[in-house]
Amino acid sequence: MLPNKLRIVVVSGTHERLQMAAMVASVGAVSGDDVMVFLSMNALPYFIKGAQQDAPAEGPVGKLLAQKNVPPFKHLFEQAVALGDAKIHPCSMAMDLLELEPAALESYMSEPLGLTKFLKECKDGQVWSF
Amino acid sequence: MAQKRLVDARGSFCPGPLMELIAQLKMAEVGDELEILSSDKGSAADIPEWISKVGHELLGTREEEGVWHITVKKLK
Repeated sequence: MLPNKLRIVVVSGTHERLQMAAMVASVGAVSGDDVMVFLSMNALPYFIKGAQQDAPAEGPVGKLLAQKNVPPFKHLFEQAVALGDAKIHPCSMAMDLLELEPAALESYMSEPLGLTKFLKECKDGQVWSF
Repeated sequence: MAQKRLVDARGSFCPGPLMELIAQLKMAEVGDELEILSSDKGSAADIPEWISKVGHELLGTREEEGVWHITVKKLK
């Protein structure tokens, strides 16, 4: 039986959305799902090597995320790759806007992807957006 | 010979305890038993669900003074 395909689009730079995206990606990947994450817009700058990780909260729960012992979203994305073979791709358009080369991003990231290729990868899968 | 391991994830929130268990399971041998301690109520429900989904054996779960003890046997 083919694994469930999870395709996760992350464009937000707020803590709640990045956290939830990381949770879906990591738990899905370690549960045997075929997980691909597409990072674009305000989500991508957090994945530049050495970038700050303190994403702003949208509301009260986001503030609690920062205060409690919740796994950091970047750590969860990294575990999705290391423990569940997830693929995390930066959006090539956002890379161009930010004038980034692939070497500037965290080492667990896969190659930049264009939207056409990502949409092709979404065929017959679930698409989640954050 | 099968080994028993303890994974102390008390104080961590979902999905931290599950991810810590999985990281330890990766390093364990088939037949090893792992007991995870979690103070996160959501994880206490979620971890047995994950064990069932991926095909390991849930040996037991109990709660003592706000800490859940979940024991799993690695089957593959």
